Amino acid sequence: MKGPDEAYCLGVESTADDFGVGISTFNGKILANASSDYVPEKGGIHPREAARHHAEVANTVLHEALSKARIKPRDLALIAFSQGPGLGPCLRTGATVARALAAYLNVPLVGVNHSVAHIEIGKLKTGAVDPVTLYVSGGNTLVSAFDSGRYRVFGETLDIALGNCLDVFAREAGLKHKRGMPLGAALEKLAADGEKLISLPYIVKGMDISLSGLLTAATTLLRKGEYRLEDLCYSLQETAFSMVTEVTERALAHTEKKEVLLTGGVAANRRLQSMLCIIAEEHDARFNVVPREFATDNGAMIAWTGVLAYTHGAVTPVAESFVKLRWRLDRVDVPWVK
Amino acid sequence: MGEVASQTLLKKGAEASLYLADWHEKRVVIKARLPKKYRPAELDEKIRGYRTVHEPQLMHEAKKAGVPTPTIFLVDVKNAAITMEFVEGKQVKQLLGKVSKKERRELCVKIGELIGKMHKHGLIHGDLTTSNMILGVEGKIFLVDFGLGEKNAELEARGVDLHLMKRALQSTHYQFAEECFEAVLKGYSAVLGAEEAGKVLEKIREIERRGRYVAERREEA
Repeated sequence: MKGPDEAYCLGVESTADDFGVGISTFNGKILANASSDYVPEKGGIHPREAARHHAEVANTVLHEALSKARIKPRDLALIAFSQGPGLGPCLRTGATVARALAAYLNVPLVGVNHSVAHIEIGKLKTGAVDPVTLYVSGGNTLVSAFDSGRYRVFGETLDIALGNCLDVFAREAGLKHKRGMPLGAALEKLAADGEKLISLPYIVKGMDISLSGLLTAATTLLRKGEYRLEDLCYSLQETAFSMVTEVTERALAHTEKKEVLLTGGVAANRRLQSMLCIIAEEHDARFNVVPREFATDNGAMIAWTGVLAYTHGAVTPVAESFVKLRWRLDRVDVPWVK
Repeated sequence: MGEVASQTLLKKGAEASLYLADWHEKRVVIKARLPKKYRPAELDEKIRGYRTVHEPQLMHEAKKAGVPTPTIFLVDVKNAAITMEFVEGKQVKQLLGKVSKKERRELCVKIGELIGKMHKHGLIHGDLTTSNMILGVEGKIFLVDFGLGEKNAELEARGVDLHLMKRALQSTHYQFAEECFEAVLKGYSAVLGAEEAGKVLEKIREIERRGRYVAERREEA
């Protein structure tokens, strides 16, 4: 048996527009985190087109990760993959790659929950131990915290995700998705020049929020053309971020945890970071934001969570390795968290 | 608030701070919605002002519907502070795990009845959690925290209200969330009638399916 430093896990991430391959040692050293993102020519992610992209780049990304980690496929002790939640065709492509690798190398396979992986890599990279996590991306808006064996969901969106809300508005406004410059970043830049706060629907229901009405209202005002785009971006951001911050603060007060962890693609937004930092301070909690490379979808988080699951007894037989499109965070046992 | 003799911090919540005070020889709770620095002042004032005015109105309406709520004594809109009756009792959140299964069921049936009464009266609570329910010394359950509530008799609003109750049970009382919610629905149906309650239940399922990541649809069917 090799020591944890020499045992390697390769993780495949393919829930949405990113195809990522990460390699982690069994004691949490990330050796590689390669990825390739699918950029649609226009509109949002087309699941089939994204899956086609993933299949095309899989080989290259795999090689990039292995060469960066300076290991050979035969050195791998475990293959992990993102089993859900996410887009079906994309998930299936990643799962196929993972199954093939595990079978060829004759090593165990382990399916990982994508949302759990975001939290675990966040903890690993920031040193947070028991945080209230706000996970905000194109597909997810979740406020969660650990209690008795699972990450419990305290708040979430009742309809669309925060990143989705911002992206759709940005596309409506004619902003373009470029490689290395996500739509959210373009929106944030415009919002920084906003001066006037335009009244938009602010909808908090218990610890949940609703963003679809806000998006409709903002796009309606955009089409009317009476306001500066900068002011609309600013108002949309301020309203939406205030809503997620309010529910995160509620979860923080409710659970009395002493750490806040911000992750997901939208975590890169400086304004959102500053809002969460304020509530953390008010409740004497430490604020942590996951570095961008590990906050957006990535293979390293799958590899590391695969290690945690496998070393606590989890394996996924090929017969049970079907993807789970709507696999909720609070349905996953996390025996490694105490 | 010159009449207030002494004031001690009872609880610092996310949205408001609760102070225990003496006011005209009564023990009162002052709920103060303090400014939130994270959001723009304009938006902050609007939200705090709206909720401060709205909450007492809804509490009053709830009373008319037969739902016990603390009596309101004073509303200070400028400071976003509400002075209300201090209800002696225990938070249902603290109780649920400590009582017997039978008592837990009885409590939840009662809660369901209260929600039913509100909904029948066209009221939505907006934040149904067990922290917002107090079992008073005389055995009555008081509902508090109406800041996110509204007057609305639509099926959609009722569905969301109960969905939030279910979610709160799942996150905080996951060990017996199912039995509790079932009991809540029993009390709810008793007040609203089986047919109307059935419609709300169907709506809850629809709301859950709308979420991004919910339990597998096939599993639910």
